[in-house]
Amino acid sequence: MSAQTLRLALVGNPNCGKTALFNQLTGSRQKVANYAGVTVERKEGRLTTPSGRSYAVLDLPGAYSLQAASLDEAITRDFCRGFLPGEKAPDVLVCVVDATNLRLHLRFALEVRELGKPMILAVNMMDAAQRRGIEIDLDLLARELGVPVVQTVAVKHNGAQALVSQIERTAEAPHAPTVQLGEGADLHTETRRLLSLAVSMPRRTAHIDDALDRWLLHPVIGIVAFLLVMFLIFQAVYAWATPLMDLIEAGTGALGEWVGGTLPEGPLNSLLVDGVIAGVGGVIVFLPQILILFAFILALEESGYLPRAAFLLDRVMASAGLSGRSFIPLLSSFACAIPGIMATRSIQDPRDRLATILVAPLMTCSARLPVYALLIGAFIPQKKIGAFNQQGLVLFGLYAAGILSALMVSWVMKKWRRDKGEHPLLLELPSYRVPHPRDLLIGLWERAAIFLKRVGGIILALTVLLWFLLNFPAAPEGAIGPAIDYSLAGRIGHAMAAFFAPLGFNWQICIALIPGMAAREVAVSSLATVYALSAADDDAAAQALAPLISDGWSLATALSLLVWYIYAPMCLSTLATIKRETNSWKQMAYATFYLFALAYLASLVTYQVTKALGGG
Amino acid sequence: MLTDLPARALAVVETVEDQLPNDNIARRLRELGFVDGEQVQIVAKGPFGAEPLLVQVGFTRFALRRSEAARIRVRQLEANV
Repeated sequence: MSAQTLRLALVGNPNCGKTALFNQLTGSRQKVANYAGVTVERKEGRLTTPSGRSYAVLDLPGAYSLQAASLDEAITRDFCRGFLPGEKAPDVLVCVVDATNLRLHLRFALEVRELGKPMILAVNMMDAAQRRGIEIDLDLLARELGVPVVQTVAVKHNGAQALVSQIERTAEAPHAPTVQLGEGADLHTETRRLLSLAVSMPRRTAHIDDALDRWLLHPVIGIVAFLLVMFLIFQAVYAWATPLMDLIEAGTGALGEWVGGTLPEGPLNSLLVDGVIAGVGGVIVFLPQILILFAFILALEESGYLPRAAFLLDRVMASAGLSGRSFIPLLSSFACAIPGIMATRSIQDPRDRLATILVAPLMTCSARLPVYALLIGAFIPQKKIGAFNQQGLVLFGLYAAGILSALMVSWVMKKWRRDKGEHPLLLELPSYRVPHPRDLLIGLWERAAIFLKRVGGIILALTVLLWFLLNFPAAPEGAIGPAIDYSLAGRIGHAMAAFFAPLGFNWQICIALIPGMAAREVAVSSLATVYALSAADDDAAAQALAPLISDGWSLATALSLLVWYIYAPMCLSTLATIKRETNSWKQMAYATFYLFALAYLASLVTYQVTKALGGG
Repeated sequence: MLTDLPARALAVVETVEDQLPNDNIARRLRELGFVDGEQVQIVAKGPFGAEPLLVQVGFTRFALRRSEAARIRVRQLEANV
């Protein structure tokens, strides 16, 4: 092994199959982090060749040009030039181009070549090119370009063999490209010259793309197909995840019991069981839903459908101050706003990205469902209205209210902001592809790891804090009433009650709102605690709770609390994620304030109107 | 202009016009291949208000909003009129 590990960087246009090639080269030995100070993903892996040599491989963000138009592209540009603070310049650039899209990708390769660094051109997706009858004279291309050219099939086993051997040869004797155009040369003219010399192409497009686009982008059939896909995803997220979620709940419950039974009684026991295990378990339980949703999103992304969905929706979302690209993050937010906010990284435009982040918490995440289920079950009679169940209609209404509020909020932000400049769509619709299982699995693993890491730390810290608030100071000897009444949280709850009285919230609800900040569904079990119930788990708590609250609360209070949870600003993990992704306390404070204000106002109106109508 | 081109009609790009000094969108369009002599075609239109446009240029398809496409001056090829 050489004394110093050589550094390779993969560069290329978006959709050139660069990441699949990166996965092929490095397998699962990848490190995902951020570039210093920005939320652009930095992926590094290690390639060990059959000869035993080892290379550091970086997957740079996709770029159309080194004249950067986005943060991603600026990172790629600075990295290639060795200007990025804290990063060493790469020793060899591997420029990846899609064999079926050379008109666009070769121009970028020429731009990269002008950097004058040792470079290898990897012509990827050669299998797809062959199927379409595209012929490329790689030797001629190598001669004209003055850089080594190899072919790769990133999705095939051993499809990167030629590239690996070329990396070995280049590493032995790295040299700059032998041909350069010099400043001011027209890269398009040169691209056309190379294409006419070395490439023969029977058709400009693939039959399958033409056929699929004709149906999937059709004004009517396309929308119907889109709605079907969405329906399928929601069905999967809510139906298929249930057995797994039950399993996790049973598992954390059993673990809690085991720890509770093994450790001696005392504060440590209570902290571990009621605080750590219950708190972290309450979040991990959403992992199956999040993974199923992400599996669908990844598969749709790899197949090329997601940009089509963005195409279909762009007009609607643009009129509300968002962009077609906002669709994917907002979809993720139905499972949980945290991965949704993290997914906004795919929106290059900073203004559109910020708007999407700020409205993502309005999508009804799955943590709100237990709260909705409890209140709807207790207060909304199971009557049929026409063909529909009244309870189902209310639930649907709550989802719809979230979406409408998001559109309204982003519309208002659009009206208010100072920057009214044009922010382009310019979205490439790549060829349809069959997703490769390895790339799906690696993508899924990465997202699960990020979610657990991010949520794990925050939730752990908060649950410990909340446990403290809920248990200290302990109730005095001979006290009547629940112990929580005497704790710090109880006192805070009583203090809050005056502020929330106009919304119809009693002090019990106010106390339940506090632990609900860690994870919204915890509000249900907290209500149970406040009403001095001892229930084995959340389900039992909800069942025992329903008759109690339907007697104790007015309809106006219940509706008001339902509406409160549409906005529910008090999910601390989401706020922490907003802070991290925007790198700004101001944006986080802004999000907190507007969500809180909306929640308060909407609940106030709901309560007062219902009371006036006789529901008090 | 590209926005006036009927769907599926073949045309070639003449130029991309800057709508403001130092127009980044125009520059990016040129980088993506909207340059003199390149063949273009509108393949599809969005379902709401025929926005955005799906434009084939070179071997690639891009979704462009009308305001973006309005920068691209094209000449329709006679054969399709």
